[in-house]
Amino acid sequence: MITSMQPVSRCLGWLTLGLRHAYAVVKALLCGAFLSTALTLSAQAAADLDVNTPAVAAVKASMQSRHVQLLPYFQSGAVGLTADGFVAVKEPGLVPLSQRSALTALVKDENADRTNLYRGIAAANGHPEWEGEIQRTFAIRWIDKAQPGWFVQRDGQWLRK
Amino acid sequence: MRTAGMLLAATGLSACVTINIYFPAAAAEKAADKVIDEIWQVPAGQHLPADQPTVPATTPPANQEPKP
Repeated sequence: MITSMQPVSRCLGWLTLGLRHAYAVVKALLCGAFLSTALTLSAQAAADLDVNTPAVAAVKASMQSRHVQLLPYFQSGAVGLTADGFVAVKEPGLVPLSQRSALTALVKDENADRTNLYRGIAAANGHPEWEGEIQRTFAIRWIDKAQPGWFVQRDGQWLRK
Repeated sequence: MRTAGMLLAATGLSACVTINIYFPAAAAEKAADKVIDEIWQVPAGQHLPADQPTVPATTPPANQEPKP
């Protein structure tokens, strides 16, 4: 008889405990719900980065039109992709003397745009401090996506893909 | 007890705020791929303009009628 009553009294004990601390229980539940909402929201925000603000779109368009000019230099190996997400003149000797200053300007403009691109994407997503991480991500992806024959920098050395 | 509870709640709330600030590496990679494809113009199913000379984007229509 005593053994069969034990679970019932234990259950009642829990119930009274729960009622006595109802405020704390509700608070804990609310906090849990808030926490999970915050986590879901941050997960949703993390699902995509915004790359379509007017500023970023303008930089993209500028780089897109410049790419046509840079392409032959990538293919000849005069210009390569650096490990830090920029482009650099690798072999000036491959370019006629008359074109060299134009190429230097082209590379300089491209790198200015790239800086604006990384900064712009970080700012567009409300985290200017992400610029460095975004730059590092792009650096890897530019090199991964480079066409065979282009020069890329790895561990401080130029390699032909 | 009540103040302790409030303190706990405040700590919980500030923890929620700090959770949001981390770098979304996978999303950044996805965004980078999208942007690079746009800049280097590799839309799905199209070839790279690897062996094309530098031509302006506007080309005359192919079926232009001959002038009289």
